[in-house]
Amino acid sequence: MIPAVEYHRSALRFLAARGASGRVSGVLGDAVAGSLAPLRLVNLPDPKRPAEGWVRVRPKLSGICGSDLALLSAKASPYLSPVVSTPFIPGHEVVGELLDGAGDVPAGTRVVLDPVLACATRDIEPCAQCAAGEESRCDHVTAGVVSAGLQTGFCADTGGGWSGMLVAHERQLHAVPDGLSDKAALLVEPLACAVHSVRRAAIPDGASVVIVGAGTIGLLTLLAVREYAAPGAVYVVAKHKHQHDRAVALGATEVVDPRQAPRVLRRATGASLHDPERGPDYLLGGVDVAFECTGSSGLDAALRLVRAGGRVVLSGMPSRGADLTPVWFRELELIGSYASAGSRQEGDGNRTTGDFADALVLAGTAPIERYVDAVYPLSQWREAIGHALAAGRLGSVKVAFDPTKD
Amino acid sequence: MSRPGFVLEVDERTPPLLVHEGEGFRLERFPLGTQVIYPPDAVPGVPDLDAAVDAALAGPEGSAPLAELLTPGTKLTIVFNDLSVPTPPMAAPDIRSRIIEAVLEVAAATSVDDVELIAATGLRRRLTPAELRSLVGDRIYASFHPDHLRCHDAEDRATLTLIGSTDEGEDVEVNTRVADSDLVVFVNVNVGAVTGGALSCVAGLLSAASSGHLYGVPGGEIVAGALPDAGLRAADERMAALLEAKVKVFRIDSTLDNSMFPSRLSFVYKREWEWSLKDQGAFLTAQRANSLTPAKLRHRLWHNLRAPYRVTGITSGEPGAIRTRTLAQVDAQQRTEVSGQSDIAVFGLPYSGPYSVNSITNPVLVAGLGLGEFFNAYRGRPLVRRGGVVILYHPVPLSFHPVHHPSYIDFYDEVLAGTTDPSTLSQKFEKQFAQDEWYRHLYRNSYAFHGVHPFHVWYRACRARDYVGDVICVGADRQAAARLGFRTASTLADALEMATGSVGRSPRIAYLHNPPRTLADVR
Repeated sequence: MIPAVEYHRSALRFLAARGASGRVSGVLGDAVAGSLAPLRLVNLPDPKRPAEGWVRVRPKLSGICGSDLALLSAKASPYLSPVVSTPFIPGHEVVGELLDGAGDVPAGTRVVLDPVLACATRDIEPCAQCAAGEESRCDHVTAGVVSAGLQTGFCADTGGGWSGMLVAHERQLHAVPDGLSDKAALLVEPLACAVHSVRRAAIPDGASVVIVGAGTIGLLTLLAVREYAAPGAVYVVAKHKHQHDRAVALGATEVVDPRQAPRVLRRATGASLHDPERGPDYLLGGVDVAFECTGSSGLDAALRLVRAGGRVVLSGMPSRGADLTPVWFRELELIGSYASAGSRQEGDGNRTTGDFADALVLAGTAPIERYVDAVYPLSQWREAIGHALAAGRLGSVKVAFDPTKD
Repeated sequence: MSRPGFVLEVDERTPPLLVHEGEGFRLERFPLGTQVIYPPDAVPGVPDLDAAVDAALAGPEGSAPLAELLTPGTKLTIVFNDLSVPTPPMAAPDIRSRIIEAVLEVAAATSVDDVELIAATGLRRRLTPAELRSLVGDRIYASFHPDHLRCHDAEDRATLTLIGSTDEGEDVEVNTRVADSDLVVFVNVNVGAVTGGALSCVAGLLSAASSGHLYGVPGGEIVAGALPDAGLRAADERMAALLEAKVKVFRIDSTLDNSMFPSRLSFVYKREWEWSLKDQGAFLTAQRANSLTPAKLRHRLWHNLRAPYRVTGITSGEPGAIRTRTLAQVDAQQRTEVSGQSDIAVFGLPYSGPYSVNSITNPVLVAGLGLGEFFNAYRGRPLVRRGGVVILYHPVPLSFHPVHHPSYIDFYDEVLAGTTDPSTLSQKFEKQFAQDEWYRHLYRNSYAFHGVHPFHVWYRACRARDYVGDVICVGADRQAAARLGFRTASTLADALEMATGSVGRSPRIAYLHNPPRTLADVR
């Protein structure tokens, strides 16, 4: 038997969490919302390996992601409901230890998880997207040997990181180099998402960039922009002082408060500022590329800061609507960026490339280990979720579970 | 004959004294021994204004009468100063409209038909049509606007001309119409409660670049020990001399009495121990009504005030020749002799200053009002000694007028957030703001102050800030005051306690009882 924090369908809790997160503001509201999340701490039998190629993993750390929080506070779009299967164990940011050998990788090896459950993991013929190497776009996330689930952590059959054990396909796993700490390794998955976003954005050399949001995804996107693009100025919109300091340390040209962003970017880009009858100010002119990294109101802000013909990349999971008029009026490119592009073997097969592999390398060189600054045992899931919901205000970046702790 | 100015030394019989603090006022009890500087009572106004105007035009000083300067074909430009003087604005009819009408009558009588009117707005905002109409009157407005009555545009390259450089190497670029005129008549309202009176007419007609010579970053004068506004005055005189050497300037100065508030607020003019029961009732009613009025309505009521000034004198002629007489008239109304400098100067700042007429006195303008206008309301020496302390009364609300002061918002949010040092912000930010196309657009086409204007206000404030040891704001928003580099106190007692670090435990305190305008002649 393993301990696990399990997500279950509960209309009452759904409504309660939605109400608390919407009506009670501040840290208290986040604590209440955390307590009301449709989660429960349970003891479950060890998950079964669904087919050949699947192995057992014992999570050492598992992060709490913005998409988890959107789901738990009932802010996630119902669009995703067909591609999850309940009850499931959340946790798709995982660094763990192999309990079974996976090909050439022996049991006991530390691994990180690429959570996408694409055709190859489901033991079915590849769909057109998978065949083209775009596994994060897999059309078959409801078919095959495991239940519906866009990722590990949203699938009833695989288990998830918020437990004592999960099962994963060998293709999902990447060995962690010895020099990389567990905390840094935990950030490889979100860093891979950030690398993917930057590649999706195809930032022209010298282009100006704004990153809206300076939580985990925002900061890691900044890191990836600096590593994999050659932009001009990179502006970061950050709410909190610690986010400001971290963004500066990662090389932001300027970090601005959300309320001041339109005015600062107007000056920086030589744009003009306009004040509509209702709603926030917007720019005519503005930055070339924007990354939305808040998963909430950041999209609306980003659309108002980008020049005509500019590009807006949706890095955060959208949980709130936005006025799309700028997309029409300014002929913006709105680009989605989900998870990471799968790893590919290159050359003689000894070299793996792709977003995830690159993130694994980058995590080893970047000063991000201290971003994981709050680790809870599973038994304190209420406190952990409350903390994660209020992470920005509390000075934290990434809150995580350590399932090995009591 | 009105009573002259007076310095009261506070003793145990002294009642609490009126202190302005933005859109409100309070009665404050000052420490024993505080010197309170009152201006002279309102001096008598000119009994027959039209006759006084005619007499001034017919009998100028250092110049032939206006009629003799005009001949058919004369290219005549009438320049007048804008809403920044006087504050509060004058109740209709504005004296400028009377004088300009008289000038136009003389011009018409001499068959001069090439006449243009220019509001010398400098880097300040354009005036709205209604504001222009209020300055020049309905008849002139209807006859001249918009083709022959307009505001100066310091960014319109097509209407600016370089007329030369001063001995100090300052390029003087002025309004082309002015430079090309045969005669420039400068209609000036002089309330100059600052060192040396009003600036010359050139100040409001310069290009943005040339304005930088006047109001630019503080330089050696502070290091050299000169008085805070000395550099500004000297640069103005150099540039005015250059213009006057090229173009004939006929200046008409009018001076006003101290009737800054309507009769219902007449207690403002009186010395507190002379308040009658009616005055006390009027004060209590006004204070209570003010505190109960919603903020937006209160703001509107204050800014709708129009002052029933009376004109105390009109002088015309060659600018240098009339300066002494104009200043004498200003002195008669505002000057009070003070014996020696103080360790602490207390200023109660009113709701509006020259750059916030019909607008909002934002935090940067509060600094400009306190350390630019009030600090410089002296003759001889500043009221406070070098290294002393200035105590300001103002709530310093964190509020900006989005149309009038867009660059002030960014200046406060971005520039002052990083540094208050004028040299640093001059090197790092001034050029950006000066050349910002959006600010230029708003200055030229909307009603915004020029992008670089907050820098000029700040530099002037910094000259005084560098002179004193500390600035403490009573009743101010802490965040806003801290951004300005000022300390905050809840009460005067707290402020005085905080000042002990700079001036010791027995400081000599002076309170400039202003408004009404008071000019401290410090001996």
